[in-house]
Amino acid sequence: MTLRILTPGPLSLVQDLGRHGHQHIGVSPGGPMDEHAFLWANRLLDNPLNAPQIEIAMGQFSCEFHADTCIALTGADMNATLNGKPVAVWQSLHIRAGDQLSLSGARHGIRTYLAVKDGFKVTGILNSSATVMRDGLGGADRQGGKLAAQDLLGYNVTSLILTRQVPRQFIPEYSQNISLNIIPGYQYDRFDKTERERFFSSEYTVTPQIDRMGYRLSGAAIRCQTSSLISEGIALGAIQIPADGQPIILMRDRQTIGGYPKIGCVTARDLSTLAQCQPGAKIRFIEKDLYQAEAERVISQHFFRGYIGKKHAEHILNTFTGPTE
Amino acid sequence: MTITPVNENTVMVYVADRTSPETADKIAAICPLLRAELGQYLIDIVPSYTSILVTFDLVAIGLRDFSRMLKQVLARAEQMQHQANQSPMIELPVYYGPEVSLDAEDISRHTGLDFEQIIEIHASTVYRVYAIGFTPGFAYLGNTDPRISIPRKQTPRAKVPKGSLALADQQTAIYPKASPGGWQIIGRTPVELIDFERDNLTMFEMGARVKFNPITRAEFLALGGVIEADEYARAADQATRRPQREPA
Repeated sequence: MTLRILTPGPLSLVQDLGRHGHQHIGVSPGGPMDEHAFLWANRLLDNPLNAPQIEIAMGQFSCEFHADTCIALTGADMNATLNGKPVAVWQSLHIRAGDQLSLSGARHGIRTYLAVKDGFKVTGILNSSATVMRDGLGGADRQGGKLAAQDLLGYNVTSLILTRQVPRQFIPEYSQNISLNIIPGYQYDRFDKTERERFFSSEYTVTPQIDRMGYRLSGAAIRCQTSSLISEGIALGAIQIPADGQPIILMRDRQTIGGYPKIGCVTARDLSTLAQCQPGAKIRFIEKDLYQAEAERVISQHFFRGYIGKKHAEHILNTFTGPTE
Repeated sequence: MTITPVNENTVMVYVADRTSPETADKIAAICPLLRAELGQYLIDIVPSYTSILVTFDLVAIGLRDFSRMLKQVLARAEQMQHQANQSPMIELPVYYGPEVSLDAEDISRHTGLDFEQIIEIHASTVYRVYAIGFTPGFAYLGNTDPRISIPRKQTPRAKVPKGSLALADQQTAIYPKASPGGWQIIGRTPVELIDFERDNLTMFEMGARVKFNPITRAEFLALGGVIEADEYARAADQATRRPQREPA
């Protein structure tokens, strides 16, 4: 059975965890801008981690369900209503055939995730349904299109009733005044000490030039001793410092290679926080120890993978046992 | 070779300081070795001119252990004998005619060469794939002959036609699909360079050798090449203008 888009809003996209394994030929990975909210939506429904969802940026979205199911909404609170009655985010909801869901705008945050039990049935391309508009890949049309009115997305019918909420301590408050943890790396050593100090002691502002590829900030200009570089691979969260000294943080739809100096990377967790910032947000950077960041990421990944249960535990055991000779 | 972490689950391998065919060969040899030896941990590898970015699965292995294993694989790669001219040769037909060589006049003016000479120089060079990126299947090929080197356009084109063969500084590349771009256009290939439905998505791979074979307009069209009506008109217009600039 299907969900029908009534009003898509400015930018509603099918996303899964991303298109991996093809960056060597220039294919951008894509994936959820706010991975934290995405993973919670699937967890609320006991979905596979990678189950496709709709990422709704800036609201103005409505849809109609043609069969019973369970859904979850996470991310920004966009005054969602189900058949006209307000419903909360960060919880699962039971859906009956004919129900209509509407989202208006958000006061805090800019992206909401809509997950359905077992995930939306979208035929992937290169092993992923993640929509990357620039590459013309993924989404309901497989060609990178954003969702449009009357688009239909399939899902499994279920009469299962789940009433779950994300525990309060895991629900972020989306603020326009945030700190981001930075793992020093790349050309960090090629920035003079005074430049690095300026970077870590200044306040930056999120400009209106933000998209799924990168977030441009404005503030104290940072100079690198090396102005141009041989192009190299760009990791998630890399902070480019182009010639004008204004940082650009590279997000999910980033180009695979680039030639600007980079001072480090925003941690994966904090990239989700940044993805909910609106233009005008104030940003400060904090230097983070690499291995502490790694440890936190490992804990978070085990947390989200753990609920999949026995089947996955067996997989982990196999990994550790390895092949026998 | 140096290995340096860049985020929680990504490390950068710097293979050399400088772009060269030898470096491209080395990177081309390392990538399959990484896939064979560390494939179970890998999420993505991004080879480029002088480096390889490697992203791995943190649930399967930690950063320290992965870096140690990576170091071992790279040490083995160092010991491998690199055989010259092992990389495959890709030959691509290109139509360099006036309808599709959109920047022919600018390149001639900049280099002081007739466009026929430029074609001859461009098509007699064997290029190497130094990197793939920008858009899927966009291969950066080097090096172009210094005699035909030209910087990028001041103002990029809003839409470069699909299959356009282009120059920028010491490099040459083909736009696999229509996209904005600032490189100088000298020709067009009728060959599909990226096909997401095919197992082998792109014919380009790191280090591969590439050669361009000039073809006629009739051959270009027979191979499925496309020339738009306004491009025919533009070429015809140029042909009528040309004699006026060269007084008999």
